[in-house]
Amino acid sequence: MASKVIHAFYDDDDILMLAVKKVKAAKHHIDEVYCPFPVHGLDKAMGLAPTRLAITAFLYGCVGLSVAVLMMNYIMIEDWPQDIGGKPSFSYLENMPAFVPIMFELTVFFAAHLMVITFYLRSRLWPFKEAENPDVRTTDDHFLMEIEIHDNEQELRDLLIETGAVEINISEKNSH
Amino acid sequence: MASHYEAPIRKPLVIGNKGYHDVTVDIAAPVEGRANKHWWIVFSIALVAFLWGVGCIIYTVSTGIGTWGLNKTVNWAWDITNFVWWVGIGHAGTLISAVLLLFRQKWRMAINRSAEAMTIFSVVQAGLFPIIHMGRPWLAYWVLPIPNQFGSLWVNFNSPLLWDVFAISTYLSVSLVFWWTGLLPDFAMIRDRAVLPFQKKIYSLLSFGWTGRAKDWQRFEEVSLVLAGLATPLVLSVHTIVSFDFATSVIPGWHTTIFPPYFVAGAIFSGFAMVNTLLIIMRKVCHLENYITIQHIELMNIVIMLTGSIVGCAYITELFMAWYSGVEYEQYAFLNRATGPYWWAYWSMMTCNVFSPQFMWFKKLRTSIMFSFFISIVVNIGMWFERFVIIVTSLHRDYLPSSWTMFSPTFVDIGIFIGTIGFFFVLFLLYARTFPVIAQAEVKSILKASGEKYKTLRDAGKPLYTITKLKSELREPITDNVIMGEVKAPVDDKVGVSDLLNAVGTFDATTQQPDNLKKVKGIGPQMEATLNEIGIYTFAQVARMTESEYNLLDSITGSFPGRAQRDDWAGQAVILLNNKR
Repeated sequence: MASKVIHAFYDDDDILMLAVKKVKAAKHHIDEVYCPFPVHGLDKAMGLAPTRLAITAFLYGCVGLSVAVLMMNYIMIEDWPQDIGGKPSFSYLENMPAFVPIMFELTVFFAAHLMVITFYLRSRLWPFKEAENPDVRTTDDHFLMEIEIHDNEQELRDLLIETGAVEINISEKNSH
Repeated sequence: MASHYEAPIRKPLVIGNKGYHDVTVDIAAPVEGRANKHWWIVFSIALVAFLWGVGCIIYTVSTGIGTWGLNKTVNWAWDITNFVWWVGIGHAGTLISAVLLLFRQKWRMAINRSAEAMTIFSVVQAGLFPIIHMGRPWLAYWVLPIPNQFGSLWVNFNSPLLWDVFAISTYLSVSLVFWWTGLLPDFAMIRDRAVLPFQKKIYSLLSFGWTGRAKDWQRFEEVSLVLAGLATPLVLSVHTIVSFDFATSVIPGWHTTIFPPYFVAGAIFSGFAMVNTLLIIMRKVCHLENYITIQHIELMNIVIMLTGSIVGCAYITELFMAWYSGVEYEQYAFLNRATGPYWWAYWSMMTCNVFSPQFMWFKKLRTSIMFSFFISIVVNIGMWFERFVIIVTSLHRDYLPSSWTMFSPTFVDIGIFIGTIGFFFVLFLLYARTFPVIAQAEVKSILKASGEKYKTLRDAGKPLYTITKLKSELREPITDNVIMGEVKAPVDDKVGVSDLLNAVGTFDATTQQPDNLKKVKGIGPQMEATLNEIGIYTFAQVARMTESEYNLLDSITGSFPGRAQRDDWAGQAVILLNNKR
């Protein structure tokens, strides 16, 4: 579906924050803000929900720990128990101290990699993915606020000029 | 905004009058420019060393481990020394990016990218040694927990050597994704500045299509924080487990509980020394003195001093414990280290690691670049000797005096070590030319708090920003509006010249002085003559050029398309103009 959007450019993060607050106060929905670097508090000002990636990392870590325990229990205790250095493999709990390093490493391994993979998929980042920032300056020193137009072009234009935008463009957008 | 506040007593971390765009230009410059002669010379030397190492590895693998200087008493020597040395160096990167992130140390941002690169490259070198040492490296997959073809005989999970496999592969892979995730926005910056289609394609691929949405940044920050939280215990666990390789044995001099903290401190110590070695050169070569400042070097020197002192404490504790334990084998091991045939290695280690960092108590010395560089080399040498002392002097006089012997390396031992140094520098030099060597997105996020430009404004009680109302919808020129000279008829009737002069203003010889345009990087005598022919004589005119003027210029001159944009002539001209005033 193609729709008309207004792009307001800002050249300063503080001006952008003030602008976001003004636009929100005027009851407009901000579709997107493209930034060259993380602006602290922007997500809250825009009304974005907090990210749950840290929770997924915890869950992935639990998976990693379980994999480590199950793997070593099967290999060292059940499948082929050995008496190594006078320390026979009777039960997992008794031999557990020797398994702690690998339990820890696999917890970290699973938590880190699966969280990063989740992040890449959720934010649509992978090799050969085309970038979707509407202007190349948004990775340099410009901030771009994107608002969808619903027959209120002039109103939005005036509002955005008021907030200190350095450039305003109207363009067609195809939502993916 | 309040979040940009920083106590005035803190020294700026980015010096010079730098705005956001200046950061972009400065950090993209080494990637977009061409390699100079020095780079090629150093790269060639590193490549030759690397190839020599490859030759020695091939000789070792094809002939056998007998080509090394090992014997039945000293059955671990340079291979494991080099392995531990490289792993130790590989600790500073994650320490800087993870631990300093958790402690909210902003100075990490100028150095974390290169330190992480160093980490990854040195762990690669470290990983080579155990694999070569296997003798039959094509069977390296036997360290994985897979049932092998001889029946269901598994790997031994009680062995610290196997813990090492898991620790180091986890460390390498997690460091790599941590590094790459941080690189995405910076690759995107270079992608969006790239002029040539090939570069654009490569950096699009590397940046994974990074777009910089508010949601992406929110996730990015969360991921960085969680990865830092995971990487901090990870980095401590890795060298702890490396020390278990020794500490869980019953060899006098190895069998001590102090090894894990002592090895971790030593690893941080040697890692920071290597970071100092690399960055002192890189800041000079890549012109990043405004980002990697004396203050950064000073802070790293303080970490070196602190961890060097911890290592010193550990050495002395070891001696004390040997005496206090009452175990005569343990006592002899340490007496032999200090006064036996390897006394020179022991005292080199003591001098380099314990004595030399103490100079850093003096502010004059720790803020001296030459001295810091010198000490960083000394520490690197000292930490190599530490591992040599621990390994060889503990082994060469074992429980049976009839088998006592000495170790001498063969050319193959030395060749492989030199080869890994070559390989490391090959990787680092390639990195320095193709990667954004400073985490520019992060630096931009602290610029208002810690940049000299904004600190000066804040100290002077001036606002950090001013809201300018847009008059028309045309883009305002980025450069200052200087009073333009009187409009003259264009000197040339070629298409575009008058458009160009209308945009940048004309030059009036009666009231203005021509500037030396050759001072702008990218403008040579030829280009200056061409510009003069068109009617561009001053920095002010160049400073007013924007993308459309660059394109116009390219179409008029027909030479070096995209050159002006890539070198950011306008940005350079603004600086030159400011310096002139």
